[in-house]
Amino acid sequence: MDVVNTAIAGSMESGDVLFEVDHSVGLSITIDSIVGALFLEDIEQSVRAVLAEFGVENAAVRLHDKGALDCVIRARARAAICSACNVRYDWKKEDAL
Amino acid sequence: MNANKHSLRRTCLYVSGANPANMLQAGFYNEDCLVYDLEDSVPVSEKDAARHLVYMTLRHHRPKNKYILIRINGLDSPFIEEDLEAAVRARPDAIRIPKVECAHEVQRVAARITQIEAQAGIEANSIALWCNIESYLGVLRAGEIASADPRVTALALGAEDFTASMQARRTKAGLEIFYARNAVLLACRAAGINAIDAVFSDIHDIEGLREDAALTRNLGFNGKTVVHPNQIDIVNAFFTPSEKEITYALRVLDALEEGERAGKGAITLDGGMIDKPMELRAQTTLAQAEAAGCIIEKGGQYAI
Repeated sequence: MDVVNTAIAGSMESGDVLFEVDHSVGLSITIDSIVGALFLEDIEQSVRAVLAEFGVENAAVRLHDKGALDCVIRARARAAICSACNVRYDWKKEDAL
Repeated sequence: MNANKHSLRRTCLYVSGANPANMLQAGFYNEDCLVYDLEDSVPVSEKDAARHLVYMTLRHHRPKNKYILIRINGLDSPFIEEDLEAAVRARPDAIRIPKVECAHEVQRVAARITQIEAQAGIEANSIALWCNIESYLGVLRAGEIASADPRVTALALGAEDFTASMQARRTKAGLEIFYARNAVLLACRAAGINAIDAVFSDIHDIEGLREDAALTRNLGFNGKTVVHPNQIDIVNAFFTPSEKEITYALRVLDALEEGERAGKGAITLDGGMIDKPMELRAQTTLAQAEAAGCIIEKGGQYAI
């Protein structure tokens, strides 16, 4: 899936994450997290998993994490990627999970 | 669907589907029902994000021991189809539909839920419907809405939109919604479903909330919608039977049992005859007390 817009989801509030997706050649992921010392690898793994789910291979992704739970990070990632790729989420995908 | 009509529905707390911290915190309060909102509390620009957030939260961090609802956007909004696709798959106990005005609207949503349940491999009819009654048309048609579909297990009055539709002024005393409260209650009782009262909006007026909750309880509602955690324990207290009510209910049922054993035609307590409504009220009181955590034993013993 191709990124066609710059998109943002989430916020800088406590317990949330600001998830930005932009055009790029190749994949770059930048994570700035208040819990980075403990969870940086886990966060990056979740982000990569969601990008792979959408087949996004070219994007610049930036996260400003304020201690969001994994499910919040994944939810924000899905919202930002759908908006960046200008697609509606196919909820039927959930039926196979 | 939860078939236990005595399950507690004392308080229904709304939490915005746009705010992950509030959504997480909301599971730790004492509300009986938690409503994840996709409608009024979510800005239009965040509707998609909120849908993902509510879905992921319910799939991975669903609060235990709470009745979980999702309030979807209005039937005439462009969000309804995606809301239903996500909400059904999140498997809440119920979906709350705003501004319902006729039975046909409920049936439309119920039919779509049936389709999504089948597609998603979710047990058929596992998701109930709560209908918000928020306009004069909704109040006038409360009876047909309450019995529109077997999925409907509650009607909830929305006072702010209702008074706006009536060109009325919203007051703390609430005379302007007195008819609507009773119309909704009558419809619910006739259909055998729960009746949920409107929000008391002034979160700083605790005395006003007490008066409002007392009126609501005395009219016969099962509970109230609340918008702030500070309102939960106060409202819960009004919908939990008191020590005096529990003792009396136990005495009524004991007297009935004793009378039947003795083969009496008319059974009396404190000089008055016990009739069918008294028996029903006593049973309801004890069921509500048990649901609220009171341990009731035969012979008049109980503990809270």
